[in-house]
Amino acid sequence: MSQELTRVLIESGVKIALFFVIVLTLIAYLTLAERRVSAWIQDRRGPNRVGPFGLLQPVADGIKFLFKEAITPLNAYRPVYLLAPALIFVPALVTFSVIPVGPPVRLFGYDIPLQIADVDNGVLIILAFASMGVYGVALAGWSSNNKYSLMGGIRSSSQMISYELAMGISLVGVLMATGSLRLNDIVQQQAQRGWNMFWQLPGFIIFLTAAFAETNRLPFDLPEAESELVAGYHTEYSGMRFSMFYMAEYANMITASALLATLYCGGYHVPGLARLGLSGNVAALLGAAAFGVKMGAFLFLYLWVRWTLPRFRYDQLMNLGWKVLLPASLLHLLWVSLIVLKGWV
Amino acid sequence: MFRTEEMDINMGPQHPSTHGVLRLKLTLEGEVISDIRPVIGYLHRGVEKLCEHRTYPMIEPLTDRLDYVAAISENLGYCGAVEKLMGVQVPPRAQYIRVILAELQRVASHLLWLGTHALDLGAMTVFFYTFRERELILDLFEAFCGARLTYNSMRIGGLYEDVPAGWFDRVRHFIDIFPSREKEYEDLLTVNRIFKGRTVGVGILKPEDGIALGVSGPTLRASGVNYDVRVAQPYSSYEQFQFDVPLGANGDTYDRYLVRMEEMRQSCRIIRQALERMPQGEVRAKVPKYIKPPAGEVYHVVESPRGEQGFYIVQVAGEMPYRMRFRAPSFVNLQALPTMCKGQMIADVVAVIGSIDIVLGDCDR
Repeated sequence: MSQELTRVLIESGVKIALFFVIVLTLIAYLTLAERRVSAWIQDRRGPNRVGPFGLLQPVADGIKFLFKEAITPLNAYRPVYLLAPALIFVPALVTFSVIPVGPPVRLFGYDIPLQIADVDNGVLIILAFASMGVYGVALAGWSSNNKYSLMGGIRSSSQMISYELAMGISLVGVLMATGSLRLNDIVQQQAQRGWNMFWQLPGFIIFLTAAFAETNRLPFDLPEAESELVAGYHTEYSGMRFSMFYMAEYANMITASALLATLYCGGYHVPGLARLGLSGNVAALLGAAAFGVKMGAFLFLYLWVRWTLPRFRYDQLMNLGWKVLLPASLLHLLWVSLIVLKGWV
Repeated sequence: MFRTEEMDINMGPQHPSTHGVLRLKLTLEGEVISDIRPVIGYLHRGVEKLCEHRTYPMIEPLTDRLDYVAAISENLGYCGAVEKLMGVQVPPRAQYIRVILAELQRVASHLLWLGTHALDLGAMTVFFYTFRERELILDLFEAFCGARLTYNSMRIGGLYEDVPAGWFDRVRHFIDIFPSREKEYEDLLTVNRIFKGRTVGVGILKPEDGIALGVSGPTLRASGVNYDVRVAQPYSSYEQFQFDVPLGANGDTYDRYLVRMEEMRQSCRIIRQALERMPQGEVRAKVPKYIKPPAGEVYHVVESPRGEQGFYIVQVAGEMPYRMRFRAPSFVNLQALPTMCKGQMIADVVAVIGSIDIVLGDCDR
């Protein structure tokens, strides 16, 4: 084994472990943040008993989920029923691997990119894994052998497919502007000529809306629509299996926020940082921090919206997806192609 | 191999948004409802029969358990029925305090309705805001009679006691702050496009259908029928108060929402007038220690937050009624559910049930 290969293996291994731990911790604390933010919005206190400021609440929740009995309904189709939680959770985590969280840092004489895999077709990988998630939901709904779960599963598959269209097309605008599917290139290009968020505002809004729908968050949380479908596709799940769905929702939110930050808000780019002439590693850390702040802002938006708005109805959701977002994204595409063709940016 | 069929689905009796133990048998064509049958009786306790074995004062606590989110309206209706049977004149101060209590109860009940209705539509935060204000009203009730849910707040012939010192000031404080709080809910819902999308044109009840089905209360008034028991057959000196009866135009879920929101404002208006013109004097008429009404029949209606709440008593002899019968507005209004829901989507059922504002304790008795 050559020395280079060993180095790459070790480097990737460490990075994978680190990303995994960080993302899982983020998920755990996002659940706490959700509860504290909702409490703040709703004029109450939220969980503050376990540890200082309730900071150990996620640990307590995790222990509770582990010790709860995982029930399998008698008439459930067992193989699929057991597979579904993994099918939704794994893609949600994997997507994060192609997102650059900062510029490369220099350690032990090597340039180490703050990204697990700097692949050429990063955007495609993200889209592919994002659409994997729908299988978990649809199969969970179907295999539970419960009518409410089934309806939740059907709703979510049609919802996610409809919104992926608009999402993909608005993304094409970004790709045309950059000419590359590499997420690093997209960030670099935004550093040079301004964030996509500003001059591709319609695309940004469409992508944001579709991202809400993709993650099944309010106002698009129809697949689980508590007041109609009890708990939708995960009605029959309990214990750790339920918590897989629960964590997948937050993992999806984190990924979607990271994507929004990367594609439209310049990723780890901080305006004016280059002029300060900081050394490589300090600038890289600042970049990573900026990325965290941008992601955090989108995560907060997710929480804020959830605790403020009512839920759409199924047909209204479909109308919005097909009759508003899809034509709008096509128009946006036309606009971006015009700009790119004329070389205005 | 491929075929389509209608799916039967049971909504309830244990379901997060059937507001108690209501069971709905739905027949669905995809997401569209082709048939809906409400099944009731899961909370039947035989209150009417129980009343036949209780003396008249012992029945009042039972009435608390009918419409348990608006127990004071039930107390008021029951006491009014017995007083009518006995020909007792309630002192004006007691009547005014009763009006204040009943209107506070209406606000509390509407707040509970608003919170759960919004919750059904996915807007979770409104629930906490409304319960914050409902808590203030419950505190007022607690200060008045010591209970927070089942008050047993009145006595035949008036009230057990006058209000505690400073109570009127607390009520005044509440109606002073309430309009700004109500604006908070309205900011979240009234012009919200998603909320309007979920409620405008959903679950339309035509006025003629409403009348034919015996619907009453805000549910009927939202269809544009001007019928309010407080105006049509005033009781407890309601004729001395100035207030508007809000009416809807289309009879849809949104109109029912608007009507109830306006009713809360009108209730505050009534309370303010009652506080300003509060008479002095006794709070309980002279009634015998053992209540033995003369033989006869009586029917007395009051406007409960849910609609026309009727009490029918047949007295033959002695201290216990021969027969009691309650006209439960939830029971009658629930009849209109299939009319409102057919051809709508499953999510609309939840919105419509919420907007009828049923209480199963009242419905099943």
